[in-house]
Amino acid sequence: MTRPAGLTPSQTVGPFLAIGLPWPDGPDVVPPGTPGTIVISGLVLDGAGERVPDALVETWQAAPDGGFGRDTGFRGFGRSATDAEGRWHVTTLRPGRVPAPGGGLQAPHLDVSVFARGLLDRVVTRIYLPDEDAANAEDPVLASVTDPVRRATLIARPGDTSAQFRFDIQLQGTAGGTETTFFDV
Amino acid sequence: MSAETYVRPVGVHPPLDYPEYRSSLLRAPKQPLVRLPHGPTETTGPLLGAERVTTADADLTTRHAGEPLGERIIVTGRVMDSDGRPVPDTLVEIWQANASGRYAHHVDDHPAPLDPNFDGAGRCMTDSQGRYRFITIKPGAYPWRNHLNAWRPAHIHFSLFGTAFTQRLVTQMYFPGDPLFAQDPIFNSIPDAGARQRLISRFDLETTEPDWALGFQWDIVLRGRDATAFESEEAK
Repeated sequence: MTRPAGLTPSQTVGPFLAIGLPWPDGPDVVPPGTPGTIVISGLVLDGAGERVPDALVETWQAAPDGGFGRDTGFRGFGRSATDAEGRWHVTTLRPGRVPAPGGGLQAPHLDVSVFARGLLDRVVTRIYLPDEDAANAEDPVLASVTDPVRRATLIARPGDTSAQFRFDIQLQGTAGGTETTFFDV
Repeated sequence: MSAETYVRPVGVHPPLDYPEYRSSLLRAPKQPLVRLPHGPTETTGPLLGAERVTTADADLTTRHAGEPLGERIIVTGRVMDSDGRPVPDTLVEIWQANASGRYAHHVDDHPAPLDPNFDGAGRCMTDSQGRYRFITIKPGAYPWRNHLNAWRPAHIHFSLFGTAFTQRLVTQMYFPGDPLFAQDPIFNSIPDAGARQRLISRFDLETTEPDWALGFQWDIVLRGRDATAFESEEAK
């Protein structure tokens, strides 16, 4: 076996990621007007409860049929820099269910990376949907978060319509805000 | 699948909680991370095609009416995974300060001149061998407010996808011999000294083009499928 090369370490995106990373169509996982579109939006907040205006939220998910990537015709990837008020959003389709590593199916979810000044490495979380109670109840990743308060941070809240969801990302806990559950990948 | 055996490489990536970097104080999570077993969402990743990138996007010196000020440089290397395989056809995005150490961004108030001929953003796709190549100018060092008389070493920000969600990497490339390394908490946040050195590019006369531009080589290694094997090598 050849000796593997050493991994390249992570470094922060810093405060000027807006120069290089946002795309005009970044938040549009599917083109606007696509049938079945849902919108997931929220805030990125710091440990003082302040909004984070220089973060980047990326999402990656299965297509509605559970497939991934180019062959499905579904980009699957969303990228949204936060605005001056710390808001982000993606316009997408409901992810399908995919197999769980230990058997069975996972509930519909989006994997999320958050980058920001102050984060030396990305942080990773997941978004589950609040109207998928039966699937969520048997999801092994949700079940692995045993504290119900921390588990609840992974489930989006219903929005004004059945096609809108709210998901705030609390980078660090505050007296009034539970820290979002982040994963080691 | 390495889901049950993967151990995060020790000493390679910076800790999130690193108070020497002041911006981390209110932004780094305090709760322990939860292990995420790798399923289809983690072992796949966005394969963003060349339709997003033109050849001109890899040359940061020809995008405006005139040429930017500064030392013209070529930055090139290979993107590989830690099993030694090249990562072809993957999107590489970069951004950087201009030669004076000023970013073309409204938040940057460093009193150094903006350059109307330099915006500091570039992108390219790796070729079939995993190679990337940018033409740009050498970024300047700049002051920041982390501590008294704090200066960032000259660097170029890099963003990479690889082929799986687990490979996503955002990092910074530095230049050899920079006297500012010792006082920079971002560079020094990487616990392992050898890993830190891997962020420093190498001046390369072969890459240098006569009478035109200095050449720097920098290879990027993303996580492979067997991160555990890598881990034991890293620990020596």
